[in-house]
Amino acid sequence: MARKLLLTHIDVPGIQTFEVYRQKGGYRAVEKALKTLTPDDVVEEVKKSGLRGRGGAGFPTGMKWSFLAKPEGVPRYLVCNADESEPGTFKDRFLMTHIPHALIEGMIVSSYALGANTSYIYVRGEMMPQIRILERAIAEAKNAGFLGKNILGSGYDLELYVQPGGGAYICGEETALLESLEGKRGNPRIKPPFPAVSGLYNCPTVVNNVESIAATVPIINDGGEEYAKIGIERSTGTKLISAGGNINKPGVYEIELGLPVEEFIYSDEYCGGIAGGKRLKAVVAGGSSVPILPANLILKTLKGDSRLMTYESLADGGFQSGTMLGSGGFIVFDEDQCIVRNTWNFTRFYHHESCGQCSPCREGTGWMEKVLHKIEHGHGAFSDIDLLVDVSKKIEGNTICPLGDAAAWPVASAIRHFRDEFEWHVTHGQEAQTRNYGLAHYADPLEPVA
Amino acid sequence: MLSVKENEPVVFTDEMLGKFAEIVARYPEGRQKSALLPILHEVQAQYGWLSVPAMDSVAAYLELEPIEVYEVATFYTMFFLKPQGKFVLEVCRTGPCCLVGAERIMKHIETRLGVKEGEVTPDGLFSWRGVECLAACGYGPVLQIGPEYTFYENLTAESIDKLIEDLKDKAAAGSR
Ligand SMILES: Cc1cc2nc3c(=O)[nH]c(=O)nc-3n(C[C@H](O)[C@H](O)[C@H](O)COP(=O)(O)O)c2cc1C
Ligand code: FES
Repeated sequence: MARKLLLTHIDVPGIQTFEVYRQKGGYRAVEKALKTLTPDDVVEEVKKSGLRGRGGAGFPTGMKWSFLAKPEGVPRYLVCNADESEPGTFKDRFLMTHIPHALIEGMIVSSYALGANTSYIYVRGEMMPQIRILERAIAEAKNAGFLGKNILGSGYDLELYVQPGGGAYICGEETALLESLEGKRGNPRIKPPFPAVSGLYNCPTVVNNVESIAATVPIINDGGEEYAKIGIERSTGTKLISAGGNINKPGVYEIELGLPVEEFIYSDEYCGGIAGGKRLKAVVAGGSSVPILPANLILKTLKGDSRLMTYESLADGGFQSGTMLGSGGFIVFDEDQCIVRNTWNFTRFYHHESCGQCSPCREGTGWMEKVLHKIEHGHGAFSDIDLLVDVSKKIEGNTICPLGDAAAWPVASAIRHFRDEFEWHVTHGQEAQTRNYGLAHYADPLEPVA
Repeated sequence: MLSVKENEPVVFTDEMLGKFAEIVARYPEGRQKSALLPILHEVQAQYGWLSVPAMDSVAAYLELEPIEVYEVATFYTMFFLKPQGKFVLEVCRTGPCCLVGAERIMKHIETRLGVKEGEVTPDGLFSWRGVECLAACGYGPVLQIGPEYTFYENLTAESIDKLIEDLKDKAAAGSR
């Protein structure tokens, strides 16, 4: 069995409650940090752990923390990003539902490290049940003296609040999130200044994903070096992967980074193989924004190596033949799924969710949606496929926030790897309304390229 | 849930005002605008949607210009700017859920309720719409119903039929 750090006690009855969580060793990290470590020591441990942001971008958490500006007399904030809206991703909801105190404990340790005395957890508004769960957990922790004034007699004060969003994917982008938390529309800010200098209420702010924050608990308990022993290269520790689509066992799995993708998909410990005994056609490995890969490229890199669940291995080959670990939203497509239809669906999502500030994103996502709708419904031309590539290139890199890239990549990668399926929709417009292109050659082994 | 007509003035109950005050206290002095989203959720939970007079009352309470409330209410998709059915079925329509049959489920709901997306059934009980990924992709198809945002997972035609009947019973019990 693989090591678990976040979900160790997930099956213990009552682990949602403070009492049981505490019996299982919960809040030891708070005790250790507040009683034996300085805030800088905590930052140092997180640096040593090699932990990288679990929200999608994979930026080293300890380094991000060390950038936080500390002007005298100005409050600093920690804001937890629990907006979780990237299609395919449902790990944060799982963690908050089943083991909410792991997040609360992580928030206390992290807030202490950053010198924040007020911290917020921004939860997407649709997760009202999780908001209630977190509020209850906060009340319990406060009751037990782990929140509020002079925590454990250390002289450190912390108040923790939960903030609901309003149903807008863009508010997962950290500066849009801060705007939203200030009671405004979720329009991303132009950077610089970065939140580390000017974030919430123009004060220095760190925004971290739920899982990143929860991971600080085992890091403080066992030490950063222990954490760094798990994993491969610069992919240290464990990662929550939310697996969905056409698999036998959809759900949230904690893996040690470095697990082979093939094992993750086919082993009974994880996804349990493709549902209905079908064959694998494609995978979106890290949430809808990352490039889609056909079966042959997700299982092996172009060099012929086994593809591993790490930041580096999934990205091997760049965007020509690789993808990204992203948020860990692992979406599996069986042989009967239509890549064109899915691409159209994803593009509709990005069009719907674009905040509308930048014209390349606002207009470009709309164009792509329309053109993809046309191709999917059998009215496309070959030139439409090139038009899609052209529009996607004009969005990429030309917007204030990365939502534009996130919208461009799925389209560009689908055409890169599944061009013949798009062409078939053009040449067989009628037929494409009644049957799918199928697996075709997408699982055929590729000649390794040195 | 209280009902409110389009132009009816909205006066918040003491209970609601108590909640609002609790929310405002979470933010630093002078940053009460941060309370806007949580308060709009409270108001929608109370009335089922956000009427203009309701938004104006929120603006007055938070000392904001009404436009500051409107521009937020129109940006976020969770807020309803016109009356809805008593139960709004919000079905995830995004890729991962479509891989496991969300489109069929939406068709079934449309047929079963006999109204198009966004419309209210003649008895005022139901409306439905497709929404984007609800972070429950492994349990799809899924739908949620506010204001508690209860989740219904692994939907089938049968489970939808049962849910609709249960909600009808619940409404009938409530009005008795
Ligand atoms: C359009 C968009 C949506 C995002 N959604 C989320 C999200 O739902 N949750 C999240 O943690 N990060 C999300 N991010 C990434 C955040 O901007 C930010 O990088 C992250 O919260 C930082 O935390 P981490 O370093 O712990 O990963 C999103 C980014 C973009 C551009
Ligand atoms: S795609 Fe339906 S919940 Fe994520």
